[in-house]
Amino acid sequence: MSSLSASPAIPVPVVLSAARAAAWLTGTAVLALLVYYFIGVDQGAYSVLGNDTHIHEFVHDARHFLGFPCH
Amino acid sequence: MEKKLILRGLLAGAVAGLAAFVFARIFAEPLIGRAVDYESARDTAQAALDQAAGTPVSGGEHEIFTRAVQANAGIGLGMIVLGAAMGALTAVVYAVCLGRTGRIRPRVLALLVAAGGFAGFYLMPFLKYPANPPSIGHEDTIRDRSNLYLAMVGCSIVLLVLAVWLGRRLAVRYGNWNATLLAGAGYAVGIGLVMWGLPDAGELAANVEVYGHHATETPLPLENARGTIVFPGFPADDLYRFRLYSVLAQALLWGCLGLVLGPLAERLLARDLPASPRPT
Repeated sequence: MSSLSASPAIPVPVVLSAARAAAWLTGTAVLALLVYYFIGVDQGAYSVLGNDTHIHEFVHDARHFLGFPCH
Repeated sequence: MEKKLILRGLLAGAVAGLAAFVFARIFAEPLIGRAVDYESARDTAQAALDQAAGTPVSGGEHEIFTRAVQANAGIGLGMIVLGAAMGALTAVVYAVCLGRTGRIRPRVLALLVAAGGFAGFYLMPFLKYPANPPSIGHEDTIRDRSNLYLAMVGCSIVLLVLAVWLGRRLAVRYGNWNATLLAGAGYAVGIGLVMWGLPDAGELAANVEVYGHHATETPLPLENARGTIVFPGFPADDLYRFRLYSVLAQALLWGCLGLVLGPLAERLLARDLPASPRPT
């Protein structure tokens, strides 16, 4: 039972060293938001790829179902 | 550590997206197919009315991908990739929260962060601007509707972060339970004010000009010159079920994400940080 009480049931006080992790965390967050933008918004209200609508048409159903405004 | 956490977030998110895709393929696709059929039948009826009235008939859209591609590969890729992105983002927020949000088990914290993502990215915006099937949404207002929707998403996320911060500060004085209630009430008032302040989609200037005052852009019945209804409005039951399934799919996505990320992260933390001081 002693192994049970030593299991991660007790909170582990982790504070990542912000300086080292910041680049990775920021980069990932930016990339994730870019994906959110391309799946949900681009080639609708805004378009960074000009008049092309391939992404919009391909993920059309997902865009509607995930709650983004469409058409 | 952060790289391993992000990788686990990506994995958990992709699994969650896959689950949401399976749900969407079974429950949502038949509805989406019917909505697309309604849209083309309505366009045909509208064209016939325009021709009878002598007004110019607007041309239809041309198809880039077939419905079969959109309904399988398209929605699959969209939901899995978005799930993976939201998983990575959840892992980032989770990494920042670890050790900064009081004595919460790592596994429970993952669920809480995912719940925050569900509320901030989807549920609160949905309450003001709900998901719509194809054939609802006017082309002329897409920019306004997108801006309003993204404004809702931004506001709900910022207010959520503020509420967590406020709760942490109040906890010192009022204890966890009451501080959480107070911060939750503050969030409800804040997001309520935002919803009250933003206009309904149907009340956008371009819509009022053409259709008069309505709360939404849901298609009303088409009438001919004598006022006889020649084509029905959008079927109410399909709209209700599409929105219900949309909420369920997102709950499934974020729920799976939290449930998968929690144990993965807890095991990683137990393995890589064995020497961490533990409270006795």
